[in-house]
Amino acid sequence: MTQLHELDAASTAAAIASGEVSAVEVTQAHLDRITAVDGDVRAFLHVDTEGALAAASAVDEQRSAGAALGKLAGVPLAMKDVVVTKGLPTTSGSRILEGWVPPYDATVTRRVLDAGIVMLGKTNMDEFAMGSSTENSAYHPTHNPWDLSRVPGGSSGGSSAAVAAFEAPLSIGTDTGGSIRQPAAVTGIVGHKPTYGAVSRYGLIAFSSSLDQAGPFGRTVLDTALLHEVIAGPDPLDSTSIPQPGPDVVAAARQGARGDLAGVRVGVVRELTGAGGGYQQGVLDSFRAAVDVLAGLGAEIVEVSCPNFDYALAAYYLIAPSECSSNLARFDGVRYGLRVGDDGRHSLEEVMSLTREQGFGAEVKRRIMIGTYALSSGYYDAYYGQAQKVRTLIARDFAAAFTAVDVLVSPTSPFVAFGIGERVADPMAMYVNDLCTLPASLAGTPAISVPCGLSDETGPALPVGLQIMAPAMADDRCYRVGAAFEAAYTAANGLILDQIPQLGAVR
Amino acid sequence: MTVRDDVQLDLSYDGVVRRYAPVIGLETHVELGTVSKMFCGCSTEFGAEPNTHTCPVCLGLPGALPVVNAKAIEYTIRIGLALNCSIAEWCRFARKNYFYPDMPKNFQISQYDEPLCVDGHLDVVVEGQTYRVGIERVHMEEDTGKNTHVGGATGRIHGAEYSLVDFNRAGIPLIEIVTKPVEGTGPLAPEVAKAYVTELRDILRSLGVSDVKMEQGSLRCDVNTSLSPIGVSEWGTRTETKNVNSLRSVERAVRSEIIRQAAILDRGGRIKQETRHFQETTGETRSGRSKEEATDYRYFPEPDLVPVAPARDWVADIRASLPELPAARRARLRSELGLSTEELQQMVNAGVVEAVGETVQAGATAAEARNWWMGYLAEQANSREVEPTSLPITPAQVARVILLVADGKLSTALARQAVDGVLQTGKDVDAIVAERGLAVVSDTSALTRAADEAIADNPDVADKVRGGKVAAVGALVGAVMKATRGQADAPAVRQILLQQLGVSE
Repeated sequence: MTQLHELDAASTAAAIASGEVSAVEVTQAHLDRITAVDGDVRAFLHVDTEGALAAASAVDEQRSAGAALGKLAGVPLAMKDVVVTKGLPTTSGSRILEGWVPPYDATVTRRVLDAGIVMLGKTNMDEFAMGSSTENSAYHPTHNPWDLSRVPGGSSGGSSAAVAAFEAPLSIGTDTGGSIRQPAAVTGIVGHKPTYGAVSRYGLIAFSSSLDQAGPFGRTVLDTALLHEVIAGPDPLDSTSIPQPGPDVVAAARQGARGDLAGVRVGVVRELTGAGGGYQQGVLDSFRAAVDVLAGLGAEIVEVSCPNFDYALAAYYLIAPSECSSNLARFDGVRYGLRVGDDGRHSLEEVMSLTREQGFGAEVKRRIMIGTYALSSGYYDAYYGQAQKVRTLIARDFAAAFTAVDVLVSPTSPFVAFGIGERVADPMAMYVNDLCTLPASLAGTPAISVPCGLSDETGPALPVGLQIMAPAMADDRCYRVGAAFEAAYTAANGLILDQIPQLGAVR
Repeated sequence: MTVRDDVQLDLSYDGVVRRYAPVIGLETHVELGTVSKMFCGCSTEFGAEPNTHTCPVCLGLPGALPVVNAKAIEYTIRIGLALNCSIAEWCRFARKNYFYPDMPKNFQISQYDEPLCVDGHLDVVVEGQTYRVGIERVHMEEDTGKNTHVGGATGRIHGAEYSLVDFNRAGIPLIEIVTKPVEGTGPLAPEVAKAYVTELRDILRSLGVSDVKMEQGSLRCDVNTSLSPIGVSEWGTRTETKNVNSLRSVERAVRSEIIRQAAILDRGGRIKQETRHFQETTGETRSGRSKEEATDYRYFPEPDLVPVAPARDWVADIRASLPELPAARRARLRSELGLSTEELQQMVNAGVVEAVGETVQAGATAAEARNWWMGYLAEQANSREVEPTSLPITPAQVARVILLVADGKLSTALARQAVDGVLQTGKDVDAIVAERGLAVVSDTSALTRAADEAIADNPDVADKVRGGKVAAVGALVGAVMKATRGQADAPAVRQILLQQLGVSE
C-alpha cells in the first residue's frame, strides 16, 4: 500500500473526507517523514509539531461533528519562512530576524489555516528571498532530494525540497524573479507564480514589492491548482491586490487533464530557447520533446519573438535591488529582531550600523548597495527610471505575443540543479538561473513550471521544467496546458517523481 | 558685497530692511483630523498611553502593507480647492528614504513629484494692502513617531541616558502646504508670514479638516528666509527655520532671521544653507543640521500603493460642499455687523473674527461679542500666552454669558467670574453659575437690608453723603457688594443707598 506521505493532496483530502484516515494520522505520517529525511534534506527552519497536530485534530473534530470541510482540509503544508505566521518564528532566512515571533498572520497564512490546511512548519530560503539556490540562507543550505550534493533551487528551495522529498504534499513559495518556478523545475515538482495582485502580499516580508508574488507548489498540477484556489482572491489589506476574483484554476486543471489542446495556440519564445548559447543541451532536448507532446495534443505551435526579453535580467537587477534597499531599511535593531552593540558605548547610528552589518548576509548587502546607488539623486533616471521603461517594453512584448497565441512556453531554467557551492563565488553565474523566469515577473503575468523530463547531462538524472506563461488574470491557461502536458507525459513515461532516488531508509 | 567695517551700520530691524529685501517661503504641516491613521485603522486620538494606538502597519512590522485612508484624500482635496489649487487627475505616493528611530519603516510615505494639489494661491491683507501668496503644492504624507530623550539636562538627545519612542503619532495623516517664494513684502515680511499662517489656519478650521492647534503640533510651520541687497534681483541663500510653534513665533522668527542674516552679509560673510531652530525663549534661531551635506532621500514611487486618481465628479461634489471660507465670511460679517474696515482688521489681527462670528451666530450682539473677544478674553489669552481661540471656551459659551448679562441675570463682574469658571473647569456656563451661586441679587428687600447694615456700619461715610458728598456713596456700594459677594447689581445698590440716605442726585 502507498504510504500516507506519498499521497498527493487531492487523494489525501479525499481519504480524510471519507474517514478512511484521520487528519492526525496524515499529519503524524508527515512529521515522521520529516524526522526520517530532513536531517539530510534540511528543508525546514522550524517544525511546529504541536501546532500541526492540534490543527489536524481540529479538522478531525469538525469532521466528526458533521461540519463541511474545505477541499484541502487536513492536508499538510510547508510554509516558506518569508510568510508571516502569528506565534511561529519567522526569519525570512535572515540572522537579523532570528527569534522574531510575529504578532499577526499574513493573509496567505490566514487563508491556508481557514481552509483547514495543516501547517507543518516554516521552510528554508535564500535570505530575504534573494538567490536561486537557497545557499544564501543564514542558517544552512537545503539539499536537493534528487542528489543531496546539489541545490534545490531558490529562493523557495526549502518549499520545493519539502514537496519533492515527500515531507509535505503542498507548500507555499514566493516568486520575485523565478523563486517558485526555478526551484519547482530543478526538484521535479509543479510551481506556479500567479498574476501579480492575484494573491495578497499582506504579511509577505517584502523583497521587491512590485514583483513579489506568493504561489503554490504541489506534486501534481491539480494539487497546485487546489492550493492556488485557497490563497488567491482580493484582499483589502493589500492595495495592489486585484479587486476581482481570478479564474477557476481547478476547473482548468481538470479540463486540461482530459488531454485535449485542440485549438490552443502555443508560442515558443525564440529569445528563451538558447539561440545565443548558455542553455544545457539536456534542458533544450527535454523542452523540444515537451513542445512535441503539446503538438501531439492538438496545440498549434508557433515561434514568437519577444526582443525586449533580452534586457529583462539587466532591468530586474536594478528594480529588485532598488526596492529591496528601501524595504529592508526597517531592519535596524530598534523595534524587533537582532540588535548589536547596545552596550552603552555605541551611539544609535553605530547600533543600527553594527546590527545591519552582522545581521545581513553578503548577497543582501550587495543588493542593498546596488539599489541605494541606483536610486540616488543623479542616477535615478539612468538606472531605476530606465529599468522601468524596459519593463514597459517587456510587458508590450507579452501583449503583442498574446494577440497571436494563448500561451508562451520556454524552459523554466537554462540548467538542471547544480552542485552546492558551485556558483556561490560568481553572482552573475547565479543570476542567469532566472533568465527564463524574469520576463513574466517584470510583466506581472502568470507562469507555471511543470516537470517535463530528466537530463543526465551533468551526472545523475535530474528534472527539467517546462514554463508555461499566460496573460494577466489568465492563470487558468497555465493550469489547463500544464495539466494536459502532465497527463500525456505521465501516461507515456510514468511520474517523474517515481524516479527520485530513495532517501534515508523510508521510501 | 564689500566689507564695510568703516561704516557703523544700523543693525536694528528698521535699519536692516532699508538695505535688504527679504524673500520668504513657508512650509506648513497640518495633521488631518481623520478618525483613523493615513494607512491603517489605528486611532488618531491625541494623548493616549504611548504605543497603544499601533498595529503591524504603523509599526512597520515585516510584511505589513499600507492602505490609503480615503477620508484623508477627501480632506486634502478640500484644502487644495480652498487654496485655489488644481487637483491632479492622477497622483502617486513616493517613498522618502532616511534612517531615524521615530520612523518605523525608515522611509516615510510621502508625495514627491506627483502631488495631489498644485498651483494655487492665498490672499492676505496686511496694513490695508493685499499680498498674494502663491501655493506651490499641497501633498499628503504620514507623520513620524515621537522620541523622548530621558536623563539629559535639556531633554535633547545629547547627554540623554536613553530614549523612548512612541509610535502613536506614526502614520497620522499629514499634509504639507508649500508656498512659492513670496517677494515684494519689504519690511512687512514678518507680518505677511504671520498673516498667511493665520489665514491658512482659519481656512483649515472652517473646512473642518484639522483642529489646527499649533501648541499640540497639529499645525507646524517651517519658515524659509533669504535676503538680497535692495536693487539686486537674484535671491540670497535661504535658511529654513523649524520649531516655529505659534503665530507670534512665525513673525518673530522671520524678523530675527532677517536681522541675523543682515549682520552676516554686512560683514561680507556668506549665508550657510541650513536648517535652524527657533528658540521660543530668546526669540532667535539656532543652527541645526547643515543642508550642504544634505541626505539624499532616494525618492521613488511607493510600490505598495496604487496611484490615486480622484474622479472628477467626486472633486466637483467636494467643491460644491465647501463651506463659506474666512475671507467671504469676513466680508459678510463686516456688512452684517456694521464694522469699519479698521475694526475688522483689528479682529483679524487678534485672530478672533471666526470666534466673534460664531458668537454672534449663537445669539450674542455683535458689539458684545467683539467686546468680549477683543477685551477680557484677549487679556486672559495673553496672560496664558495662547491665542484667544485656544482658550478652553467656545463661542456658544461666550454667547451664553452675554445673554445672561443682557437679561440682567449676571453683572459684568459676575460674567467675568463665570468665564473664569469655564476656563478653569471646562464646565458649562450654567453649571458654573449654579455651582458658584453666581446670580444678580435683585431682591429689593434683601438689598435694602444690606444697605441699612452698610449705613449702620459706616456712620461717618453716611454722614458725608447726607452732607452732600454724593460721590462718597461708592464706599458704601463697595461694602454692600462685598456683603453680597459681588452678586448685587451695583447701579441698583447705589440707588437704594441714596434712597435710604434720603439724598437725590
